[in-house]
Amino acid sequence: MSDVLIRGGRVVDPSREFDAVADVLIRGGRIEAVAPDLPAAGCDVLDAGGLVVAPGLIDMHVHLRDPGQTHKEDLGTGSRAAAQGGYTAVACMANTVPPVDHPVVVEYLRSRAREVAACRVYPVAAITKGLQGRELSPIAALAAAGAVALSDDGAAVPDAGLLRRAMGYARMVGLPIIEHCEDASLSGSGVVHDGGQAARLGLVGIPSESEAVIVARDLLLAEATGARLHIAHVSAAASVRLIREAKQRGVPVSAEVTPHHLTLTDADVGEFDTNRKMNPPLRTAADLAALRQALADGTIDVIATDHAPHAVEEKRVEFDRAPFGVIGLETALGVVLTHLVGPGILTLPEAVRRMSTRPAQLLGLPGGSLRPGDPADLVIIDPHLAWTVRAEAFASRSRNTPFEGWTLRGRAVLTMVGGRVTHDLVGAEVTA
Amino acid sequence: MRHLLALRDLDPGTIVTLLDAAQRLRDGEAPPSPAGATVAMLFYEPSTRTEMSFILAARRLGAEVLPCAVEHSSVRKGESFLDTVRTFEALGADALVIRHPSSGAPHLVARHVGCAVINAGDGMHEHPTQGLVDLLTVRQVKGRIAGLKVAIVGDILHSRVARSAAWGFAKLGASVVLAGPATLLPAAPPVPGVAVTASLADALAGADVVMALRVQLERQAGGALPTLAEYARTFGLTEERLALARPDCVVMHPGPVNLGVELGAAVAEGPRSVIRRQVANGVCVRMAAIQWALGRGAGAELPAAATAAGEISRGRARPEAVEVH
Repeated sequence: MSDVLIRGGRVVDPSREFDAVADVLIRGGRIEAVAPDLPAAGCDVLDAGGLVVAPGLIDMHVHLRDPGQTHKEDLGTGSRAAAQGGYTAVACMANTVPPVDHPVVVEYLRSRAREVAACRVYPVAAITKGLQGRELSPIAALAAAGAVALSDDGAAVPDAGLLRRAMGYARMVGLPIIEHCEDASLSGSGVVHDGGQAARLGLVGIPSESEAVIVARDLLLAEATGARLHIAHVSAAASVRLIREAKQRGVPVSAEVTPHHLTLTDADVGEFDTNRKMNPPLRTAADLAALRQALADGTIDVIATDHAPHAVEEKRVEFDRAPFGVIGLETALGVVLTHLVGPGILTLPEAVRRMSTRPAQLLGLPGGSLRPGDPADLVIIDPHLAWTVRAEAFASRSRNTPFEGWTLRGRAVLTMVGGRVTHDLVGAEVTA
Repeated sequence: MRHLLALRDLDPGTIVTLLDAAQRLRDGEAPPSPAGATVAMLFYEPSTRTEMSFILAARRLGAEVLPCAVEHSSVRKGESFLDTVRTFEALGADALVIRHPSSGAPHLVARHVGCAVINAGDGMHEHPTQGLVDLLTVRQVKGRIAGLKVAIVGDILHSRVARSAAWGFAKLGASVVLAGPATLLPAAPPVPGVAVTASLADALAGADVVMALRVQLERQAGGALPTLAEYARTFGLTEERLALARPDCVVMHPGPVNLGVELGAAVAEGPRSVIRRQVANGVCVRMAAIQWALGRGAGAELPAAATAAGEISRGRARPEAVEVH
């Protein structure tokens, strides 16, 4: 691994409110200095003039489908997709086959990641055994094995008493609980938001309250137990109101939103487009506006993709039979730059904070910063590069993007993990 | 070759063209023979009157009918829906008539086959030929659609008949009110400009057309209705309730009727009922639909781009199939 001087880029490091044109010197895989006009002696020099140099993006909510469903994705393809999108670390959810409810599975993920991954991979472990919502997983053992959070993502823990105990236990071992907030009795067999498009298309609707009632329940339990609660993929204005009020009260809660919930509404399901079927569903324009406002004012902390790969043939079925979920690792940055930073909803440094620094803080991970001494996990972004989303060119094994054909402005042109280049759009040098 | 997927997709001119063609067939006009055409019937849900009327329609047009008894097909061996329809396309079907429990299933097919797709009812979405039947029947009795008040009553949420009828009547200038128990109403109006209400009285007031929908017994099991008797008590159409509508109102029902639930027997069999006429109109409407989809006969003189929006021209047409004769 050679030493590198990244010269003359706009260095954006929200961890220390740094935003200036500077050089970044990397030696031995670590940031050695960030300052103007650093000497290049003995280094490869990368000219970053006109580009943005930022901490590598960190996605705290992805599905890598490994183990068990590697026809959709695996640690190699998923992490390469991450690298292409500018990510240097991802937290992968526990709903694999088998689920991550045993330390052996955590150890498998960590060792497999060391072998094949193009980014850092952090396992999220199941709250309950088998994701069944009946018995607690061995939370302390999972934490000791390296799990960074606990989640039964895909479903909420249905039993409030069990979740209360899980929160107590999670607090004891210092892990956050990431909740997929959904009341199954309200969602029923729903497949899209319960609104205009459901009415027009004759599809069973999922009401916003399905999310919000569980958000309310979980906020009360987090307040009671002192556990750190992170609300996954917030979709509804009602949830935003509850989270905002809880934060004002001091409840230890954080929240995330996906790029697709920030840019699409239920109307975009169009003519039964299964690549726009996800859970929670795309909601109304009013919900979308509330999510953008909540992101801007800090009520929602993080942008996460909920990257959920499904094979083409699994999505090419009747709408109500298609699995929920869309991929997002390779489009998130472009969508955020084009549709949030471009119109002034977020500044560029705030976008980096929500996609890197804040997730690192919430999960207690290295990264999210370009401080001297930190591992050289970084992304170089061309904020002006216009490109068209073509799923066929993705590194992901799946193609289920809702943004196919969109023209975006801004893209990761180089990604580096510990000083090693994992994505290089110009040089096409991609190592795994 | 065109798809008939939803009345939502058709412009008023196309709807009128289809109604006119159906009326001419009803009046005894001999259909032009679609020589060599093959029409496949894929019914993934039990249906009597719709399936039979499509089969009769295809036969009267002189088409070859490919039946598919889904319960005996490779679907039971795990063959996917798309695999099945592609098999029928490969067997030479020029049109696929599809009844399916999933909303949007015909749309999925239309994106992946080169032959015409006719929606014979998809989930809770649309039943466009039934909508055409309803329009034709009202036009026969009333002489017009524009300016009428149409009340559609019952399980609006789950009804593909209600959606197609609402689109059709609205597109031809009627005012439409959808009424039903609160638990069986959608979260938003399914058709722009159409009113949705839980007040039967408001819906019936001054109505020229009253269409009762079939109450699906499984909806009661799903908890949407406490009892059928309660439905009959609150939304059943009796002579007394129909007194709110215009004296010359037309009473419709897509059938089969749960007598004493949606309609009292006196209403269903009374002078204002056109239920039998609806059934009789079914075959000629479906003949017109098949001809139109195949680009033969009804509406064939209209270029595809001018006759239909959206889905109609979206399928990957085979080169030899896009010509409109």
